[in-house]
Amino acid sequence: MTCEQLEKIAAEKADLINVRRIVREQAEKLAANTGYRKQVLVCGGTGCTSSHSLKVIEQLETSLKELGIDDVLIVKTGCFGLCALGPIMIVYPEGAFYSQMTPEHAKTVAEKHLVKGGAIVKELLYAQTLHSDGSVIPFAEIPFYKHQMRIALRNCGVIAAENIDEAIAAGDYFALKKALTSMTPDEVIAEVKAAGLRGRGGAGFPTGLKWQFTKDAVGDKKYVCCNADEGDPGAFMDRSVLEGDPHTVLEAMTIAGYAVGACEGYIYVRAEYPIAVERLNIAINQAREYGLLGENILGSGFSFDIHVRLGAGAFVCGEETALMASIEGHRGEPRPRPPFSAQCGVFGKPTVLNNVETWASVSPIILKGSKWFSSIGTEKSKGTKVFALGGKINNVGLVEVPMGTTLGTIIYDIGGGIPNGKKFKAAQTGGPSGGCIPSEYIDIPMDFDNLVSIGSMMGSGGLIVMDEDTCMVDIAKFYLEFTADESCGKCVPCRVGTKRLLEILTRITEGKGEEEDLQKIKDLAQHMKSSSLCALGQSAPNPVLSAMEHFGDEYVAHIRDKKCPAHVCKSLLNYYIQPDKCRGCTLCARNCPAGAIDGVLKSPHEIDVTKCIKCGQCMAHCKFGAIVKR
Amino acid sequence: MSQIAFEGTEEQAARLAACISEHRGEKGALMPVLHEAQDIYGYLPPEVQTVIAEGLNVPLAEVYGVATFYSRFTLMPKGKHQISVCLGTACYVKGSDKILEEVEKTLKISCGECTSDREFSIDSCRCVGACGLAPVMIVDGEVYGKLTEKDVKTILNKYAEN
Repeated sequence: MTCEQLEKIAAEKADLINVRRIVREQAEKLAANTGYRKQVLVCGGTGCTSSHSLKVIEQLETSLKELGIDDVLIVKTGCFGLCALGPIMIVYPEGAFYSQMTPEHAKTVAEKHLVKGGAIVKELLYAQTLHSDGSVIPFAEIPFYKHQMRIALRNCGVIAAENIDEAIAAGDYFALKKALTSMTPDEVIAEVKAAGLRGRGGAGFPTGLKWQFTKDAVGDKKYVCCNADEGDPGAFMDRSVLEGDPHTVLEAMTIAGYAVGACEGYIYVRAEYPIAVERLNIAINQAREYGLLGENILGSGFSFDIHVRLGAGAFVCGEETALMASIEGHRGEPRPRPPFSAQCGVFGKPTVLNNVETWASVSPIILKGSKWFSSIGTEKSKGTKVFALGGKINNVGLVEVPMGTTLGTIIYDIGGGIPNGKKFKAAQTGGPSGGCIPSEYIDIPMDFDNLVSIGSMMGSGGLIVMDEDTCMVDIAKFYLEFTADESCGKCVPCRVGTKRLLEILTRITEGKGEEEDLQKIKDLAQHMKSSSLCALGQSAPNPVLSAMEHFGDEYVAHIRDKKCPAHVCKSLLNYYIQPDKCRGCTLCARNCPAGAIDGVLKSPHEIDVTKCIKCGQCMAHCKFGAIVKR
Repeated sequence: MSQIAFEGTEEQAARLAACISEHRGEKGALMPVLHEAQDIYGYLPPEVQTVIAEGLNVPLAEVYGVATFYSRFTLMPKGKHQISVCLGTACYVKGSDKILEEVEKTLKISCGECTSDREFSIDSCRCVGACGLAPVMIVDGEVYGKLTEKDVKTILNKYAEN
C-alpha cells in the first residue's frame, strides 16, 4: 500500500465515521453522503457480549430484512465504557443511546425507530439521556461521558473493530505515515519524550526514555513488545483497547520499531481474553494484507511484523522479564535486573516493552504533537488515564480522564455514586500491588506521584470502590490470597513472605489475632519489599500496609474486641433475629440447613448460635428484614 | 499425575502432529503448542507431553515444568461441563465467594475437582473482564452475570438435563 492509497480509503469512509462523532444536526446532513440513512452501533466487547449483545445484532439483522430496510448499517464495535448498562446500542445520526437491550427491544427499535419516518423509542433509552420534558440529551453530554477525555479509547465504540477501513478512516496509521515519511527515528523519540508520556502499566516509567535506551543499545536484532497480560483482577482497559481499536496498537508498535531499529514485535496477551485475541489476529492479517505490516511499509523501505503470544494464566508474567521468558517458551519466572530489557530482552536482544494503553496513546502524540499532549494532565503526569471502575459503584465501566482528575469526580460525577445509598469507604487502586484510598482523600488529584505519596499506586488503573459493607482486613486477605497463589516461587521473600502474611491475616479474620501481629506484619512487609526479586513480591504487602495505615482501628477491632465492624468476617459475627420485627412466619427455620432456628408459628423465632453455620440463608429468605448480623 | 487412563484418538494424534510440525524450529514454540494440545485433548497428560517433547526436541522436564507453571494448563481431565467462578476483585467485592460456595455445595465437590461421573468440574478464575456484570460465573464459555446464590441451582440444572 502507498500513502495515496491510505488517504483514499480514509477519504471514502470519512463521513461514515464523522456521523458518529459530531453533533446531531450536522450528522444528519453528513449521513446523506454515506449511503446509509442510519447507523446502529452495537457493543461487541466482552462485557456486552456476555450480556448477549450478539443476539441483539442477530435480531436487528432479521428485523431489518423482514421490514425490507436496506439503508441502515449495523456496526459491531468495541466497548462504549458503560458496561453496567449493557448491552448498549447507539443509533446515529441522532446519537440515541439505548441501554440494557434484549432481542425483543431490538425488534421494537427496528419497527418504530429504524423504519423510514420512525422516531426514537424513548422508553428504551438510557434514562439519563432524557430530559424531564421528554427531549433527548445527546449521550456525550450526560455526566458519565461529559467529564471524560478519550485519547487511548478514542476509537473504542466508534469504529467497527474488525474493519481496517473504518480504523483508517478514524485516523489509524496516519501517525505511522507521518513518522515514516517526515520524521527521523530520533525525532520520533524526541516527540514521545517531550510529550511526557509515562508507562500506563503501573510503574510510570517515561516511555521516550525506554525507547532511547533500546535505540542506543547494541544488538544485531531488536524487538518491540506489547504487554497485554492484564493480570490485575478488575482492570480491563487493555482488553477494551484490543477489542475496540486493535490497529492503534499495531500502528504504535510499528512506529516504535522504526524509532528503535527493530523489525519484529510480539504481543503477549492473556488467553482469558478470547475476543481480544481474535480481533488482534484479524487486525494483524488485515494489516499484512494492506502492507501496513510486513516488507517496505508505505513505500518507506522500513519492514516490521508482529506475532501474537498467548499467556496461560500467570499473574507474574505481567513483570517484564517474566513476560519475556514466557514469550521464549519458558516458565514465566522473573530474573534479576540489570541487565535491563533495553539491553537484554526477548531472546537476549534489546527490547522495548510497553503496555497496551501506553501504545494506544502514542499515535495521537505523533499526530497532534507533544505540546498538545503535555498540555493535558498534571506537572509530572501528562495526558489521560483509563480507569476500570468496579465494585460498589453505579456506573461500572471504563472511564478515561485527564491525569489529575479527583477521585470524587470519578466516583460521584462519572461513576454515579455508591448504590443503595451506602457510604463510600475506600477505593483500591493498583490492584494486588496497590493500596486503598480512604474517603478523606476524595479530593486528591489522581496522578502517579500523588497516589504513591498516600501509600497506593496508579497501577494499571483498576479502581475498585468499596462501601461500608467491605471489611478492610478481609479485602487485604483477599489480595494476599491472590499474590500467595500467583507468587512464582523463585525467590524466598515472596514465596514464603506472602504465605506467612496470609496466615497472619487469616488468623486475624478468625478472631485469633494477637496484638503483636500488627508489628509482625510490618516487619515481614519490610523484608519482602527490600529483598524480593520482582515487583510482585516487593509490592505484595502494599494492600495490607495501606489498609492498616488508613483503617488501623478495624484491625484493632478484629484483634482486641474480636469484632468485624463491617460484619463480613464469618467467625466474628452472629446472626440474630430481632423479636420486634419477626412475625414468626417460619420461613427462616424451614430454610436453615443446620436446623439452628427454633420457634412457634406466629411468635418470634430464635437462632441457636452454637448450631448456626453462618450461611446467611435465613437473612436471604426473611421478608421482614428481621434478621441482622452483629 | 493423572489417575484416569489416557484415551486419545488417531484424529487427535494427527492434529497434534500437524501442530508440532507447523511450529517446529520456531523460537518459543512450546507455549503455542501446549495451548493447541490442550485445545485438542482438553488436558495435558504425560503421554501428550512426551509427544510434544520429542516433536519439538525439548527435554520432557522442560515441557512438564512449563505445563505445571501456568494455571491455564491442566494435567487433569475436566468435566463435560466446565464451570468457572470469577474471583477477581470486582466479583469478590460483590460476593462471588458465596457463589462459588453454593456451586461447590450443589455439586458436592470442591473447586479444582471433577464430579465422579465426569459431568461437571469447578474452577475459579481471576477476572474475565465482565466486571460490569459482577459477580459472574462461566459455564462452557457462556457467561452468567449479576448472580445471586439462588440462581446457581437453576443454571446448573440446565446443564444437568443435557
